[in-house]
Amino acid sequence: MDLTQGTLEEKTNRSKKMMLYFGIASLIMSFAGWTSAFIVSSSRPDWLADFKMPTAFIVSVFVILASSITLFVAKKALKENNRSLTTIMLLVTFALGIYFIINQFNGFAEIIAAGYNFTGPTSNVTMSYIYLIAVVHIAHVVVGLICLLVVIYNHFKQKYTAEHKLGFDLASTFWHFVDILWVYLFLFLYFLA
Amino acid sequence: MSAHVEDAHAHDDHGHHPKETFITKYIFSQDHKMIAKQYLITGTIMGVIGVMMSLMMRMQIAWPEEPNVIFKALLGKWAPEGVMDADIYLALVTIHGTIMVFFVLTAGLSGTFSNLLIPLQIGARDMASGFLNMVSYWLFFISSVIMVCSFFVEAGPAAAGWTIYPPLSALPLAQGGSGMGMTLWLVSMAIFIASSLLGSLNYVVTVINLRTKGMSMTRLPLTIWAFFVTAIIGIISFPVLLSAALLLIMDRSFGTSFFLSDIFIQGEVLHYQGGSPVLFEHLFWFLGHPEVYIVLLPALGITSEIIATNSRKPIFGYRAMVASILAIAFLSTIVWGHHMFISGMNPFLGSVFTFTTLLIAIPSAVKAFNYITTLWKGNLQMNPAMLFSIGLVSTFITGGLTGIILGDSALDINVHDTYFVVAHFHLVMGISALYGMFAGIYHWFPKMFGRMLNKKLGYIHFWVTAVCAYGVFFPMHFIGMAGLPRRYYTNSNFPLFDDLANVNVVITLFALIGGVFQLVFLYNFFASIFYGKKAVQNPWRSNTMEWTTPVEHIHGNWPGAIPEVHRWAYDYSKPGHEDDFVPQTVPMYEGEEELQH
Repeated sequence: MDLTQGTLEEKTNRSKKMMLYFGIASLIMSFAGWTSAFIVSSSRPDWLADFKMPTAFIVSVFVILASSITLFVAKKALKENNRSLTTIMLLVTFALGIYFIINQFNGFAEIIAAGYNFTGPTSNVTMSYIYLIAVVHIAHVVVGLICLLVVIYNHFKQKYTAEHKLGFDLASTFWHFVDILWVYLFLFLYFLA
Repeated sequence: MSAHVEDAHAHDDHGHHPKETFITKYIFSQDHKMIAKQYLITGTIMGVIGVMMSLMMRMQIAWPEEPNVIFKALLGKWAPEGVMDADIYLALVTIHGTIMVFFVLTAGLSGTFSNLLIPLQIGARDMASGFLNMVSYWLFFISSVIMVCSFFVEAGPAAAGWTIYPPLSALPLAQGGSGMGMTLWLVSMAIFIASSLLGSLNYVVTVINLRTKGMSMTRLPLTIWAFFVTAIIGIISFPVLLSAALLLIMDRSFGTSFFLSDIFIQGEVLHYQGGSPVLFEHLFWFLGHPEVYIVLLPALGITSEIIATNSRKPIFGYRAMVASILAIAFLSTIVWGHHMFISGMNPFLGSVFTFTTLLIAIPSAVKAFNYITTLWKGNLQMNPAMLFSIGLVSTFITGGLTGIILGDSALDINVHDTYFVVAHFHLVMGISALYGMFAGIYHWFPKMFGRMLNKKLGYIHFWVTAVCAYGVFFPMHFIGMAGLPRRYYTNSNFPLFDDLANVNVVITLFALIGGVFQLVFLYNFFASIFYGKKAVQNPWRSNTMEWTTPVEHIHGNWPGAIPEVHRWAYDYSKPGHEDDFVPQTVPMYEGEEELQH
């Protein structure tokens, strides 16, 4: 593909999508930083070897996967000009996102109930890592939710059509990224912790 | 005429530009040329601050603990009776490093020239996102202000070195600068990283998507290749520093022990246990080493362009140049361990890092040879930009050779943390990148401000700087080999080093002369903005596209349609053409062959 061709609008839209991809690459690198620090630290003598991931975290995986599917359906409905289905699916996605965050906090509560604190003298480094990684991921989910809010607002204003939906595409790419990120982080923590 | 122009507008994507006020034009501008100038001015101010700090450090080293009116005037309570305080010396080392590496040679260099040249040389109206570009500059500005402000907090600025290794950076009580100063350092750098990422994202997607018709990747000027790859390294490596910084902040403020082990402070046992500062070093240098190339590559790109233009010859080995940029970028991410040979890292791992480090010598040598072969038998135009570019080749080779010694783990142990290392990295990345920046300013000043810099002052600036730079850093190799450690406030307590005291005085004298002569440049720069000779459209008879735009800046760069590109950027002295340069926008005549490159 010759990227020097096309109108300015095509070029700019392409640039914005690509900017998100490179932005995601940089987010991946920051999580690579934390997960590799996690691996390096796992040889520490005070590392918790016998630890079970809270069940809430497992539920979270399914919740966020479901939210990805609903967003996918919403986008498909928009392409087919089925506006009401798009609206419903967008709202369901948003609700699942909120539920995911609540569920993560339930997970933290489970860990604390099991007797592990995240910081301070009673803390343990394994838990500190899990807590930090999960919290940073939640921060990304919050950003994703803000993007979804903007998309929902614009959708109510009828700004998206089957052809013109750049904002929708960008938000959904980011949401899918946040989703895959948690699945990866969960598997990583589950098998390495 | 007007109908014709309007016709061109209709066919081209010439966006509608609203009326500009003073604020939208000069302060919150979204025009890449203005943002480039903002970066340059801010970078220059930060550079003046950074250089003044280094001069004060040199005065302390040459005349240890002697009262000095300059200290008294500039350092205030940090220089009681005019004698520099030991704590502030460490702070000066730290902030000098931070400012020069990040604020001058990353933001000042990349920010200025990527912003100015990427749209102009690829044939774009502006960056992909003018708004993010503006945000990027203002975040940089805010982070600069915070970094400078850290000098005015009560316990002093961060003093853990620009590498902020824990525990000095992780325990607020460790030393004066570990408290508020360190917090401000971290805040400033977090904002700086955000700024750098926004800038880099813009540069990368602009180069990929907004090229004009005919500007294929193999026709890009080498400047653009360098900026492009630099931005990619930035996107890959800066986030890892952010990860490390977040872990550090957790240790500092929230009581985790990622990097901290059993520690006593003032006789009291702290609760930290089991952490490892070496982990921080790994994470830090995963950014830290690519950062060296973020600093250096733009300067090398600028040099390629200036040397080809002023030798009136095609650049030698265009594809080899591109390949070596890519190779350097790749290798730069797998060599970070050579900063940590004596950190207690596994010696086998050290030998792996030695191997990857020495590999970098290959693409670096390719670049150095290509510069020399481009110069060879050229019709050399010795203007100040060319002199600084040749100066860069010289310091790049001198500093690069000592890099081979330091990259070898067995040899490095002997000179680690001595002035040998200081000499090495100042020559190979500090002075080289600074020369690249000066060369770029002399070369593109007419494009930025529509006026020429004074040539004679430029010659004075170059020759004094060149002599002084070598005068400062060459002797440092010898005192380094004699064992003089870096970052020490004074060496007078060690009789072993008494013989070196005179060498240090010589170095300091060179530094002071070199520093004072930068005022010639500053005068030239600021006076020429207003009173310089008016520039013609293409003063250096160069091929690249920025010289086809009008001298007076306009929004959108080209009046009418963007010109198309028909050839690479290095058709200098090509047989069959009347002039010794053929701009990229000139179509091939019938039967003309494109040069092999």
